[in-house]
Amino acid sequence: MTFAQIVSWFTDPANWQGTDGVPNRVTEHLLYTALTLLIALVIAVPLGAWVGHSGRMRWLVTGANAARAVPTLGLLFAVSMFVGPLIKSDLAFVIPSIAVLVLLAIPPLLSGTYAGIDSVEPAARDAARGMGMTGWQVLTKVEVPCALPLFLSGLRSATLQVIATATIAASVSLGGLGRYLIDGLASRDYVQMVCGSILVAVLALVADGILALLENRAVSPGISGRSARVARSRARHPDHHSDPIGADRPDPDSRQAALVGSGSTGPVEATATTGTPSERDRT
Amino acid sequence: MIRFEGVTKRYADASGADDGAGSLAVDDLTLEAPTGKITVLVGPSGCGKTTTLRMVNRMITPTSGTISIDGKDTASLDVAELRRGIGYVIQHAGLFPHRTVLDNVTTVPRLLGTDKRTARARAMELIERVGLDPAMARRYPAQLSGGQQQRVGVARALAADPPVMLMDEPFSAVDPVVREQLQNEFLRLQSELGKTILFVTHDIDEAVKLGDQVAVLRVGGVLAQLDSPAKLLADPVDDFVAGFVGRDRGYRALSFAAAPELSLTDEPTVRLGARADDVRAVGTPWVLCVDDDREPLGWVRAAAVETEVTRTLLHRGGTVASVSGSLRALLDAALSSPSGRGVVAGDDGRLVGTIRAAEVIPAIEARRDSTTEEATAR
Repeated sequence: MTFAQIVSWFTDPANWQGTDGVPNRVTEHLLYTALTLLIALVIAVPLGAWVGHSGRMRWLVTGANAARAVPTLGLLFAVSMFVGPLIKSDLAFVIPSIAVLVLLAIPPLLSGTYAGIDSVEPAARDAARGMGMTGWQVLTKVEVPCALPLFLSGLRSATLQVIATATIAASVSLGGLGRYLIDGLASRDYVQMVCGSILVAVLALVADGILALLENRAVSPGISGRSARVARSRARHPDHHSDPIGADRPDPDSRQAALVGSGSTGPVEATATTGTPSERDRT
Repeated sequence: MIRFEGVTKRYADASGADDGAGSLAVDDLTLEAPTGKITVLVGPSGCGKTTTLRMVNRMITPTSGTISIDGKDTASLDVAELRRGIGYVIQHAGLFPHRTVLDNVTTVPRLLGTDKRTARARAMELIERVGLDPAMARRYPAQLSGGQQQRVGVARALAADPPVMLMDEPFSAVDPVVREQLQNEFLRLQSELGKTILFVTHDIDEAVKLGDQVAVLRVGGVLAQLDSPAKLLADPVDDFVAGFVGRDRGYRALSFAAAPELSLTDEPTVRLGARADDVRAVGTPWVLCVDDDREPLGWVRAAAVETEVTRTLLHRGGTVASVSGSLRALLDAALSSPSGRGVVAGDDGRLVGTIRAAEVIPAIEARRDSTTEEATAR
């Protein structure tokens, strides 16, 4: 098998048409992925948010993470064997496949949501309530924006896993990019297998890239650490405007100033120097 | 005015059975925080001071009793509306990390429906007012120091111009130097704004410094004493309060006594760079060094000067009292001075003269006599 064979597979018009063509397989694959993520989100997000918010039933998160150890392919066959005879249609294969993938997607989403909500500073939450935000406002204006980075990283990892694993749907005679792998294996068409793998990898990377872009747009720079980089560069090149407060502010109320020999150790400027390192520590 | 009437908070005990045997956080508290004044709640941990504060904006619901603000029972108001009308400042500031300083400050006005531009204009004003550089408005909380965050916290609480402020240990998470600066600016701000403030701290020094009146609570949420800071230091009602207000009470109470007009001694001075002969010509073992504006720099030991007075030779231990300061500052200046002569400066920072401890003591004695007479007259 050569690089030329791979190129010619990708450039063969026959591989871009019909049920077995790349566009159709990619669409099917994305459909499985989207459906899986949608169901997993509906289950994991409210549950994770509730656990994070209330601090109760944390074992759910641990339990879900432990469930990751279950082998997906084995589970798929098991579920198909039990569910298959009960349903008389194509759904007999669709339902087990999606169910198994949902099971795979739930742990990262659940722990991402839980950890995100749990990471909201109690003081910020307390202040939000104390300033007169309603429960819904606290959730939407404070908790969700603060939880976003951890939630989105859960979503990214769930998406990657589902795109990669959705190939198994083909093993129970469904479509998707897995077809190229299963059919290729059956007919010893290794070029087709490699090309299928490349498609899965590219799809995963593109999806991850899109989510990364979304993350960049949706997460406040105050949380993502982008502001920290700004702060660091400012600390390196301090301009006059960003001087910590009080640097040139005489203190009219302090009636007892220490008698010091040089201005450089005066109480006012001591404050200025305590401002900067703590700023640096945080970043 | 915030008024507590027979307010009790009882938590159910661990078993969850609320049979009246649960632990008491606040016990039948009756207290008034007068309009435009700072009332400080102080006490050891477990005395219910934070619980008391948080019952005002109903973050905690009292078990019994009523709390009213300007005559209105807080329990009768909509809880979100009540809270939006009360400034709330907490330890660690509790800023929203995903919002800029400016957007943090506009939170409550925006909740109240003020349009964005008006809210932002007012917020910028407040940011400057609490002593922050306007350029900080665009920063995020993570880019600020602890002290700066706390200033933003105060600005945020003031944004909707609430008549009442609740402050829960707002300055206890910053280092002592910054804390003192924040306290001083807080007092300056309050002298301009005249809010009705309920302030919680565990630090009796802070309570005494900031409070117009101080309520000392004991464990179990019982009000032990409610008095002016001076009265609290001079006349604790029982051993608990006496123990809590701590040592050096007599000395600390002098903080509240303005320095009377005492005759100061003119002090011969030298400048930096003065020659050894000139320093010795003054004739005293310690000679005061001032800068070109006659602001005191420090004492120099005449015998230690070999060629001329340099900064490294200056003794840095002495404090400077202000003519408009307190008796405590005056006495401390005298006690901390290596020459025994306390340096006194005018409000402009320039040297006025010196005073010895022995000359301050009669003023303290005279003050004691006058307060005793007052007490007997009453």
